[in-house]
Amino acid sequence: MTEPWAPPEQVLADGTEPLLRTEKLTRHFKIGSALSQKTLHAVDEVDLSVGSRQIVALAGESGSGKSTIARLLAKIYKPTSGEVYFEGRPISSFRSRKDRLWYSGLAPMVFQDPFASINPVFRVSHGMLRSLKLHRPELSKQDQLAEAERVFDVVGLTPPADVLLRYPHELSGGQRQRVGFAQALAMRPKLILADEPVSMLDVSIRIGLLNLMVKLRDEEGVSILYITHDLASARYVADRLIVMYAAQIAEAGPIEEVMSSPRHPYTQLLLSAAPDPRAPLGVGAETDRGEPPKVIDPTPGCRFRWRCPLAMETCHTVTPVLKPIGVGRDVACHVAQSGAEVKAF
Amino acid sequence: MRAVPRVSRTLADDQPAAARSSWDGGPILEVRDLTVEYILENDVVLAVEKVSFDLAPGEFLAIVGESGCGKSTLLFGIAQLLFPPAEIVAGSVNFKGRNLVGLTDSHLTAIRWRDLSVVMQSAMNALNPVKSIGAQFKDAMRAHGVTSEHEIAARSAQVLQMVGIDPIHLKSYPHQLSGGMRQRSMIAMALLFTPDLVIMDEPTSALDVVAQRSLMVQIKELQRDIGFAVIFVTHDMSLVSHFSDRLMVMYAGQVSEVGATQQLFDTPLHPYTAGLMEAFPSIRGPKVALSGIPGNPPNLASPPPGCRFAPRCPKVFDRCRTEPPELYQVDGTLVRCLLFEGGAAPGLPGRDTAGSAA
Repeated sequence: MTEPWAPPEQVLADGTEPLLRTEKLTRHFKIGSALSQKTLHAVDEVDLSVGSRQIVALAGESGSGKSTIARLLAKIYKPTSGEVYFEGRPISSFRSRKDRLWYSGLAPMVFQDPFASINPVFRVSHGMLRSLKLHRPELSKQDQLAEAERVFDVVGLTPPADVLLRYPHELSGGQRQRVGFAQALAMRPKLILADEPVSMLDVSIRIGLLNLMVKLRDEEGVSILYITHDLASARYVADRLIVMYAAQIAEAGPIEEVMSSPRHPYTQLLLSAAPDPRAPLGVGAETDRGEPPKVIDPTPGCRFRWRCPLAMETCHTVTPVLKPIGVGRDVACHVAQSGAEVKAF
Repeated sequence: MRAVPRVSRTLADDQPAAARSSWDGGPILEVRDLTVEYILENDVVLAVEKVSFDLAPGEFLAIVGESGCGKSTLLFGIAQLLFPPAEIVAGSVNFKGRNLVGLTDSHLTAIRWRDLSVVMQSAMNALNPVKSIGAQFKDAMRAHGVTSEHEIAARSAQVLQMVGIDPIHLKSYPHQLSGGMRQRSMIAMALLFTPDLVIMDEPTSALDVVAQRSLMVQIKELQRDIGFAVIFVTHDMSLVSHFSDRLMVMYAGQVSEVGATQQLFDTPLHPYTAGLMEAFPSIRGPKVALSGIPGNPPNLASPPPGCRFAPRCPKVFDRCRTEPPELYQVDGTLVRCLLFEGGAAPGLPGRDTAGSAA
């Protein structure tokens, strides 16, 4: 890209840094044998930011790179290039054990599968107290227990003293996922990285977890990166929405605005495909039989062009860059950026 | 009136000589008081209790419920795929006038694929990873006496095209296909013999919203064209809202409500159904705070004595805790809730024709 490149919404209006931001965050994986080396682009030059006390939903199909972003932010993966800034500090500089512990306490992860993420042979207090011992060694044994009970109470596991002594198999899926949030909360985080935290739960249980996420934001002041493929639940909890397609951000902005007037054809496709009994059957999605591409050694051009009814000449040759198209709204689409009305699905 | 076009039986032309029993008249499937228990060392878990329903030819019935409510067990009970410790302890499953319960394996084998096929939840596990799609189609057809290579190849290509996959993929192995394509080829396999009933156990749960929607639309199109009946199990009510004719809500091993889909969505009667409706946020409507359903489903080894939903029910009253409700008929909907006791006498969850027109 030769044109002057201004990262969108990198600095807030008042000149302060957001809680977390990424700068051209990129992660590639090498695949194939030694003779036919190929590169899978899981995340390509992603710029995103999460403000404090904000729930940001990261949505997209499986394989679009959303979980890889969570792992990059949690320092599980190292980026191929680009950087993540946490409160203005590059996270690649957190190298010592102390710094890494400090960071993973500030930005813990909550995983998708509550049945696999808790050790089944110990009582739930075990994992809880271990992480407290590790991340908050200044607390005495008694204080650790008190803190464990406090966070269990916050996430709605009552009576906390009783639940702490149970084994994971004695808890339901919803309760286990609450344990996941409690463990994250005990580290006094500023940002919880929640990777599909409710997708394995029953519909009747999900809403309780979503309400918990809102409570954590409003009462505990925690920001949450909520990774999901369910736009309805994203709308229910999140302040901002980032839509990913094939390792890149397709569209970002305040969630109500994006969902009421999506500007990227892919966002429109996602919205039209989402099942909603309260709305008439969306038309258009029937024609789409496409599948998300595997981004292996991509050539220039928009990655959505094969499925996009509006694709123009430029879309086949120039990769669209995420650009602002309104207050807080960014979109990576040539058609939308040209000012034309986008109505693909 | 849902007159299902059974005329498009053109596919039956390339059926093998063995006579297809065509079904003309009455429900294609009659399930009566089907009861399934898991017989464990110390416990007997009543997973499905006295479920009865009729399925008309070409009808789309969706069964929804939380995990552990017995919906998959019911499905396996209908398809006679239960293994110990699960056991059908009572009831009958009449498929085209023949009770499947107690049939020997060889009799069942003759029916499976040909008249009744099952699409499993995870296509990755249901397909053989070391055989190409075409070879697996061939196995199914050979098992039913189709030996002509030409016929097998032609029919395989035809069904694959029907689900929107290029027949070139007959040579592909499951791992070479995407999740959506695998699930589609499972459905193609289920249609090899133009069955009268296709049973689907959450076939879309591993897919993305976009793939999910397009698969649902496709199932519906195929169903309209070919005329098979569908029993579709899912935990996601919103998924089937636009596709099923009739909706059955299960809770704790029992039918809690069954009726025309649109009617159930518009005016859910059972507090559990109403709770489920309130449990998922809307993507377009006004943004409202939701509460979901508090608590967890009961342990079926020792269910509550009265109504099984009583411990979680917002409308619970004294009698609910002691008297188990039966299914009461209200406006063509059957509902298991004492609130509707006055509705009508307990009946069978069969749908009168007026209901499925909705």
